[in-house]
Amino acid sequence: MPGGGAQRIRAGVPAAGRIGRVSRVDGIHDLGGMQGFGAVAHSPAEPVFHERWEATARALLEGVAAAVQASGGEFRHSIERMDPGHYLTSSYYEHWLTGAATLAVEHGLVTREELEARAGGRFPLSGPAHARPVADAGPGVSEPRFAPGDRVRVREWHPPGHTRCPRYVRGKEGVVVRLDGTHSVPDIEAHSPARRYEPTYSVRFDAASLWRDGQRGVLVHVDLWDSYLEPA
Amino acid sequence: MSGDVHHPAPTAPVEHRAAALEALLTERGLVPEGYIEEATRRYETEIGPMNGAKVVARAWTDPAYRRRLLEDGTAAIAELGFGGQEGAHVVVVENTPAVHNVIVCTLCSCYPWPILGLPPAWYKDPPYRARMVREPWTLLAEMGCELPEDMEIRVWDSSAEVRYLVLPQRPPGTEGKTEAELAGLVTRDSMIGVARL
Repeated sequence: MPGGGAQRIRAGVPAAGRIGRVSRVDGIHDLGGMQGFGAVAHSPAEPVFHERWEATARALLEGVAAAVQASGGEFRHSIERMDPGHYLTSSYYEHWLTGAATLAVEHGLVTREELEARAGGRFPLSGPAHARPVADAGPGVSEPRFAPGDRVRVREWHPPGHTRCPRYVRGKEGVVVRLDGTHSVPDIEAHSPARRYEPTYSVRFDAASLWRDGQRGVLVHVDLWDSYLEPA
Repeated sequence: MSGDVHHPAPTAPVEHRAAALEALLTERGLVPEGYIEEATRRYETEIGPMNGAKVVARAWTDPAYRRRLLEDGTAAIAELGFGGQEGAHVVVVENTPAVHNVIVCTLCSCYPWPILGLPPAWYKDPPYRARMVREPWTLLAEMGCELPEDMEIRVWDSSAEVRYLVLPQRPPGTEGKTEAELAGLVTRDSMIGVARL
């Protein structure tokens, strides 16, 4: 059974069976360790914006997020809910544009019909959020449960909404190397005005424990909220 | 939904979609005049890797500053006047002859904006985010960063609130250089950890 933090998050997020149709659980954005992508299109220098619409898209998502008072979690989740095919075949700033338009429609600033009429064609938006709003975020955690040097295990679960726990470390054991203060839990803030604050930790994983083909001499560090962890 | 399942309308070009959203929000008074231009100007001229390069050069020339930087990156970086959005919690990780550090964000594209600017396209694209946590030796070599075989690689996935900066090793043969000259040697890639100097 996971620790107390696990139960607190679970209390706020319904089990998949209660949500009705869950079309997506783990978002396409969660890319760590996925294979088959090929070479990195690396360039040592490039313009900040390649085209003007990129700068527009970037500013619009920040502007919309501010106008609707979106939390960082809601902001990120507006992109994570994109259709996976669209996500993988579109550039970073198209993600931002899609997130901006999605938040603007969901918060009633514009309608999809207005956007499509003005754009002169289809305007793909992100899919609906599947996690329900959290009425009671539960008490915050002021005292860290873990200290540097402690062995921890990442909870193996697949929440229906936003999370900052990458799939590739779920169920894996690591060692806490740093405590980073207390921060709002993204899984709560993405779906609700409620907030809960918990410590975050940097957790070190030996690559050999993460991947069957883990490379030698590699330590991977992932920053995780208290609720994502249990004692190992 | 526009169109129907059998005959969906074509997707509008992305620049038309951006213009449509901008126009509708502007008409409703939700985008202040000059907002987009000002945000763009700041990231094109004021905020970029030249800021991080100053931090690195100071750490190379001032041992007390280096200690403060490794102990509390955010505060030491603020001493040089840098901070703000995506820079509120900075941890600096130091390269040594035995350890090479590299940063990534597998979930999105988290990056220390005040000191490195906005991330380059390749940092945000799927291949880098997918591969750096799984095969860093292979990927670094592909990107031209060859490391000694006995080196330890430490990958930092920026999955919560901390943003990372790699402190590269000072290149040999730079003893006589000034702090400003040293800053000129520091590349963006060396502060991400995909290059050595």
